[in-house]
Amino acid sequence: MELDKGADRPSPIEFRLDPASGVPTYLQLVQQVEQALRMGWLAEGDRLPRVREVVAGLAINPNTVLKAYRELEHRGLAVGRRGQGTFVRGLPAGVVPLRERAALRRGLLDWMRSARTAGLDEGGMVAVFEDALRDLREGRDGVVA
Amino acid sequence: MATDTVIDCGGIGKRYRRSWALRDCHLAVPAGHVVALVGPNGAGKTTLLSLAAGLTLPSEGAMTVLGDQLPGSPRALDRIGFVAQNAALYPGLPVRDLLAMGRHLNRRWDDARARTHLEGLGIPLERKYGRLSGGQQAQVSLALALAKRPELLLLDEPLAALDPLARHDFMSVLLTAVAEDGLSVMFSSHAVNELEQSCDYLVVLAGGRVQVTGEVDDLLGGHRMLTGPTAEAEAVAERLPVVRDRRAGTQSHLLVRTGGVDAPVSGEWRQQRIGLEELVLAYLREPTASALPGPRGAVRTNEKVLLP
Repeated sequence: MELDKGADRPSPIEFRLDPASGVPTYLQLVQQVEQALRMGWLAEGDRLPRVREVVAGLAINPNTVLKAYRELEHRGLAVGRRGQGTFVRGLPAGVVPLRERAALRRGLLDWMRSARTAGLDEGGMVAVFEDALRDLREGRDGVVA
Repeated sequence: MATDTVIDCGGIGKRYRRSWALRDCHLAVPAGHVVALVGPNGAGKTTLLSLAAGLTLPSEGAMTVLGDQLPGSPRALDRIGFVAQNAALYPGLPVRDLLAMGRHLNRRWDDARARTHLEGLGIPLERKYGRLSGGQQAQVSLALALAKRPELLLLDEPLAALDPLARHDFMSVLLTAVAEDGLSVMFSSHAVNELEQSCDYLVVLAGGRVQVTGEVDDLLGGHRMLTGPTAEAEAVAERLPVVRDRRAGTQSHLLVRTGGVDAPVSGEWRQQRIGLEELVLAYLREPTASALPGPRGAVRTNEKVLLP
């Protein structure tokens, strides 16, 4: 089965903690898995680090890791398999496959080059991007002046 | 796990000569937790741990451990590990001999586990205990305690003398044992900034009594820090149980117990959840405030305002 592929291999990611962030520990683990999925570091079928490995590496309570993995299951991103570990199941909302993502990035770079030619600096580009993003969010994307 | 509480006592007390180290102490700690025992010096932490380990007897009341066992009974001794403050072991004995001693003094003993544990950390078995570093001595004490495969492990200030790296390594080994064996742990500590990572249950002692007890998630979810206008502070304080009350000319900070919901206050107030360190420090600064489960814990009569 596809999911079993990663059972014996080490997990592709390793967690770290930022004690100063103020974000609860379990949520830091959840966010790092989401981030790894967005960046393509984790793919469907990959095994998440074993609870024991995370506990030994970060010196955190095992229940914290279990809570993070339960939350990932609840969000539909992971699935626990008894005795084998927890495996990546899907992508979080708002994530597109790598190839499409690369194409979108190229399109944005093209736009940035023409913006620079037109005389916009980086701050100006960010301002235009944020403006346009707000229009899109508020459903005003059809009425660009 | 078969036993549902690891430490259970109702109204236990311990007197040394004329003064009470622990008085009217009520506690029911469920199994399967890593419990932090916090409180100022002289609050009764060591006394509580010694009573649970069976090293001393209560002056009044009774305690049971691991369900219905009496502390100090042969069955309880088999199933409980205890690491005393400064982990005093014989300094002149090589680690190998300390292991042999543990093997001969305990009915349950996993020698292979202790050796693997110490070899993994690069601690030479032929070295005398007194010649090891502080971090290594702590690891040897922990290895001896875990070799019993205890169901409850009690540790008195295990981190006090360790540098940051040694603390991390110590907690790493301890919590890995929790993950593998599901043992329950209670340890006392002053390092309140490090507790949130390791503990999921909190007991705060003040002046020989239990001031706060509960699961960390419930405690954090059950409090809110309210920041708002001093002009309205009195009205808020009358309706909600306040743990800590700081009022300046125009702005006030009130730490209140809300029982897991947002506080019913006006839009002038900002409410935030707080971390474990801030919660513990607030209670340590206000020894008369308490957060206890059940009807006994609802000490402030104005709390009923919260109920619909």
